[in-house]
Formats: sequence, C-alpha cells, structure tokens
Amino acid sequence: MVEFRIDRRSGVATYLQIVQQTQQALRLGLLEPGDKLPTAREVVEATAINPNTVLKAYRELEREGLVEARRGLGTFVRKSLGSAPTDSPLRGELSQWAARARAAGLERDDVAALFSAVLEEQFTQSELTHSEKSEQHVTEGDPA
Amino acid sequence: MTDTAIEAAALAMSYGRRGHALRDCSFRLPAGRICAVVGPNGAGKSTLLALAAGLLKPTGGALTVLGTDPATAREHVAYVAQDKPLYPQLSIADTLRLGAELNPGRWDTGLAERVVREGDLDPNLRVRTLSGGQRTRVALALALGKRAELLLLDEPMADLDPLARHQLMGTLMAEAAEHGTTVVMSSHIVGELAESCDHLLLVSGGRVRLGGGIDDLVSAHALVTGRRPVEDLAPHTVVESRATGRGLAALIRPDGPVGEGWDVEEPSLEELLLAHLRSPESPALLTPSTAPAGREREVTA
Repeated sequence: MVEFRIDRRSGVATYLQIVQQTQQALRLGLLEPGDKLPTAREVVEATAINPNTVLKAYRELEREGLVEARRGLGTFVRKSLGSAPTDSPLRGELSQWAARARAAGLERDDVAALFSAVLEEQFTQSELTHSEKSEQHVTEGDPA
Repeated sequence: MTDTAIEAAALAMSYGRRGHALRDCSFRLPAGRICAVVGPNGAGKSTLLALAAGLLKPTGGALTVLGTDPATAREHVAYVAQDKPLYPQLSIADTLRLGAELNPGRWDTGLAERVVREGDLDPNLRVRTLSGGQRTRVALALALGKRAELLLLDEPMADLDPLARHQLMGTLMAEAAEHGTTVVMSSHIVGELAESCDHLLLVSGGRVRLGGGIDDLVSAHALVTGRRPVEDLAPHTVVESRATGRGLAALIRPDGPVGEGWDVEEPSLEELLLAHLRSPESPALLTPSTAPAGREREVTA
C-alpha cells in the first residue's frame, strides 16, 4: 500500500501533497492501474490529518481521471502516468549527469537549483510550443 | 440526528467576582466537523467546553448540544477535562470496566483497550502511578470507548510526547472518518491542530472572534503589502496594519477587489490568528453557515 508523507512545513497545501505523491507513485510505477489507494480512514490514522483533506485529494485525482471511486469498495487507480520507471534510460542519464555535476564540485543545492532552472525553462517553453514538446519526448525517450 | 453539534446564542458565563469567562458568545458548529478552539490562556476555552459538556450552567444566553440541552445530550457526548480527572486508586483495567458499566449498549471495548495497549501500558497499573501523558491516554481511551457523537477534548495533546500525540490524533481522525463524530479540541498551540481540524473557533476575551471552516476563514482574508496610504484600503475591513519599509502591510477582509499597487497574498492560519489576537477591537467574523439562526445579519461580515 502506498504511504503518504505529510510535510507540515512545505508550504504546499496538504491535499496537494497527497495528489502530488500519488502522481509521483504513478510515474515511478509504485502504483499501477487496478491498484487500490488506502482508505481515508487508513490515511488519517497514519498521518493524523483531517479526513476531508484526503477526500478532497481523491476527488482531485478522480477529476484528473487518474483514479476512480468504486462504491463500497474504495478508490482504484485507472491509469498510469508518464513513462519513467525507476530503471528507465532517462533515469540512468540523469544519474550520470548528477554524478558529473558532483565530480565538477557542485554542491547538492547547486545541482537542485540547476535542475529546477532547466525544468522551468523546458516546461515553460514546451507549453508555448506544444508540438516541440512531443518531439522532445521522442528524442529523450531514445536510449541513444 | 441533528446537523448542528453545538449552537450558542449570546452565551454568557460569569464566575461571580472573578468576572466574565464568556460574554455574548454566539456561534453554530455543524455536525461532523473537527473543530479547533483556540485562543490565549484565560480566553474562556475551558469554560465553553465545560458548558457544552453540561458540567456548568450558563449565567446567560442559550446553548444547545446535539439539538437538545447539554444535560440531556450527555449520553452522546464524551468530555475530557484539561486535568484528565480519573480515579487514582483504580487500575487501568478497572477504569475501562467502569467505562463499560457506565455506557451500556454503546461501549467499544476493543477500541478502548487498543488505545491503552498502543501506549505500552500494563492494564494492571493503578492510575495514580501513571505519568501525565499516560493519564491522558487512559482518559482518551475512556472517551473514545464511549463512541460518543460529540467529543469535547480540553487541551488533549498538551502533555503527550510527539509520538503519542501523532498516534492518538491519528486514532481520533480515524474514528471521525468512520463514524462522522464531531470533535472539538481546545489548544493554545495552533500548529498541532492545523492539519487535523477543518473548523475553527477563535475565542478571546470571552467572545468568539472567528468561527467557521478553516479554508473559508483563510480565504475571507488577504495579506496586502504596498506603498500606499491606509485610506486606500477603506472599502475593506482592516484587521491589522503596520508599517513595513516605506509602505504598509495589512491583514484585511476584502470587500470587492483590492486596488492596484498592492501585493496580495493569502495568509497562513497562524498569521490570521495572530493578527486577530493582536487586534482585539477588530470585528468578529462568523462564516454564514456557522452563524446561529436569526443572527446572521448582525454577526457576519
């Protein structure tokens, strides 16, 4: 069963943390279609957050089409997200890149800042030119 | 079952010469909410809970609990007082047995015993040998075992270690999720309740200063910063304002859009509460669904 970690100091709304962690679990393949999400009772018992917060997060995931509530049974994953399982070539490349950055003398924070800057750059651009984004996906996915 | 857990209209409580603990206290708490009662020491939080538990009689105003008077509602209400009163000579096991005897037909042995067991407590220990935090655990086991519709908990987490606090709060939330229990918890520490509660009553000076769903209360306010005169904020209710650099920072209740030249942010719950506590003269705000019937016009902003 997937576990949620609630960071009270993160500044991110609690329900969004659950949404994001579920999305992340889907991206990493920790959750796959047909898997059951923990019940609201199970989540609040483990995290001590308000039950409505969990329901709000699940409603949001449902709205995004990622999960579906089955009456009396629970909430189930409908589809997976992205294609970057933990052992993908993309992860390997990123890992090599991080190792090079470290060897070049960069601190952890420098690497994180660099990564988010590039992320920001790529994803703002790609929202403007959507076709370019799908092209990039093809080339990035190529393990060359 | 009523959709209102607690409703107070002009509720007042005076302890004779010691003055008013509560005066003109009005609010409605919808059933099924997890409500934080926050406020400074001596604000009247404990008095409010003891009144709702039917242990005190108000000296003025009206109070209904689960649609009836507090004394009649007591069978469906569990109350844990701040000093966690228990019989010191009884063992933990006997204390739970007493809970079972006093609550025939509704007592949940499994739940009460689990709460005790999770604290690694030997049921044969006498209550007088327990630490403050352990007594709190036994008191909460009694309250949870009662399977009440309304749990009134006065500073329930104050003397618990962080692990026990997290665990017991989790148990409380799980019970609320499964049974729709209304929970009212007082505290003067906001942080410990912010994630668990969805409803808030800010009590200070014997009055309810803020009442409503936490999300609604937060979004009814804005933190604005700008290099503009305070008169610029005239259409809005200014709760608190102070100089910052060459400009002004204020917590307001916006009435319509905020003019140009202001940087607008949503306050955190803590910022919202602190601003109200620092400005005792600012008007009270009860969100529409939480104003007592017939008083909405007077008290909603």
